[in-house]
Amino acid sequence: MPNVTPTPEQSVEPTAMSAMRKRVFGHYGIIIGGAILLLIFGMALFAPYLTNFHPILDQDLSNKMVPPMWHDGPKVNPVHPLGTDLQGRDYLTRLVHGAQISLLIGFAAMLISGVIGTTLGVAAGYFGGRVDMVVNYLITVRLSMPVILVALAVVSLVGSSLWIVIWVLGLLIWDRFAVVMRSTTLQVRNLDYVAAAQAAGCSKFRIIMTEIMPNIANHLIVVATLEMAHAILLEAALSFLGLGVQPPAPSWGLMISEGKGMMFFDPWLVGIPGAALFALILAINLLGDGIRDVTAPENRN
Amino acid sequence: MLKFALRRLGVAVLVALTVSLLTFSMIYLSGDPAMALAGETATQSDIENIRRVYGYDQPIIVQYLSWLGNALQGDLGRSHYLKTDVSEVIFARLPNTMILGGTAITFALLLAIPLGVVAAIRPNSIIDRIALTIAVIGQALPSFWFALILIFFLGITYRLLPITGTSSWMNFIMPSIALGYYVTPGVMRLTRAGMLEVLGSDYIRTAKAKGLRPVTVLFKHALRNAIIPVVSLAAVQFGFMLGGSIVIETIFAINGLGFLAWESIQRADLPMMQAIVLVLSIIYILITLLADMMNAWLDPRIRVN
Repeated sequence: MPNVTPTPEQSVEPTAMSAMRKRVFGHYGIIIGGAILLLIFGMALFAPYLTNFHPILDQDLSNKMVPPMWHDGPKVNPVHPLGTDLQGRDYLTRLVHGAQISLLIGFAAMLISGVIGTTLGVAAGYFGGRVDMVVNYLITVRLSMPVILVALAVVSLVGSSLWIVIWVLGLLIWDRFAVVMRSTTLQVRNLDYVAAAQAAGCSKFRIIMTEIMPNIANHLIVVATLEMAHAILLEAALSFLGLGVQPPAPSWGLMISEGKGMMFFDPWLVGIPGAALFALILAINLLGDGIRDVTAPENRN
Repeated sequence: MLKFALRRLGVAVLVALTVSLLTFSMIYLSGDPAMALAGETATQSDIENIRRVYGYDQPIIVQYLSWLGNALQGDLGRSHYLKTDVSEVIFARLPNTMILGGTAITFALLLAIPLGVVAAIRPNSIIDRIALTIAVIGQALPSFWFALILIFFLGITYRLLPITGTSSWMNFIMPSIALGYYVTPGVMRLTRAGMLEVLGSDYIRTAKAKGLRPVTVLFKHALRNAIIPVVSLAAVQFGFMLGGSIVIETIFAINGLGFLAWESIQRADLPMMQAIVLVLSIIYILITLLADMMNAWLDPRIRVN
């Protein structure tokens, strides 16, 4: 009888890494969401090299509202595949530059709110008692005030610029970070390895950074994707109402607002930036849902 | 129950006071409110005059307390632009916002709960997939863009529904769909998860074993318990909708608080903006207070904790 030596693939159990890789690449949400997000990220990154026009300076009033290439008619021009807007600016150029604004605002506002919310939430969950009471109270106060309304009022009083919008949104949308980080920290705090670290004499800061944080990181990432999408939607709404990013910047919300007067004759003016916004939010949400499914399979329902 | 109710009420009052303080301090965001009010052409004596008339020369704590005292008596100040009492205008506009919020949350619940229940009865079926698709799309669809799409198809192309105003109930259909659709995913997911959990529990198996009709088990035993968290979510979402109605009301020109807020922002009418933020926050605090009380009454476990 031949002596069978098992090949490594047969004998070794799948490692955590390879099992994870299999789950990630077998998840439709992650594949589709990741692909769309990568595409939009690429658009933003290489925006200046993708077209031959400038998003703001290249105005051509004799060539305004050229329809996109899938329309028929004498005005359709292959130089402007997505047409031009009311001031004759190339719509594709404005679209790819708009991706920069959405991604920057989404990411920066998410970072600000993430730092605030995670600090409050982890502190409340870890220390409990008075700290928990104060944080819960802050969360309740924050939730009582309507986000869009407060953001609009503050922006109208302070003045609107890209960075003001980022800071106002970042300071307003930390509530979900705080709520989720608080409850996950509560779950982790009483586990044995935290007790072991306490027994070993680790400082509280060290326990939080090396024992708690790594074990709530997957929840943190999921909330981060949700809040990034939330911030992008809020910026678009603010810009749509005229109090977010100011013209002539190519924000997608602003493009929808500028096009809505001509919606009946040229629906693509509203349709194209709206579809881009929808695709971006969809991609971020799919990715977030996917990360939740993959990192915590027991939470799937 | 009384102890729980009193403690919860205390928190609500404290939160309301904090919100009022934050709302009050909004006037100092723009720097000197008297200068902002006087405009660019005002002389120094004009500014001093305004400062005295509006009480901006008083210490801030005195200003806050007198503003709060007036607000408690229903006096929210005078509009800089309309030159009328703010509270009058607000209470004239409030009903439209409440109607819109009410119809929007009704639309969301009517769509979300049946879908959630069916999705839970037949997990991974076609209907579950459709429900999931609706949820994923609803979360990603910007409400103002969705509103424009509805206007384009239902309002302009097929002329089925009126686009602006509040003259008939037909005017509220499109705004309610646009506002309510965003809430649908959350409610549906919660209903589905709650039903799945309840349907797997022992007392449902007992009810089935007793030979009760499946419909009775489903509605009388399962849905009643699964719906409790949905009620609190719906209350919270209703509150959020009142604040979020600013976008939808502006698009459809519905004369509610949201549209008023947008107009007031355009007119730099600070007392009006403050009052709207305050009123909407207080309504939210009251709604969540009621929802918490109702939950504590329905589920004794909440009271103890």
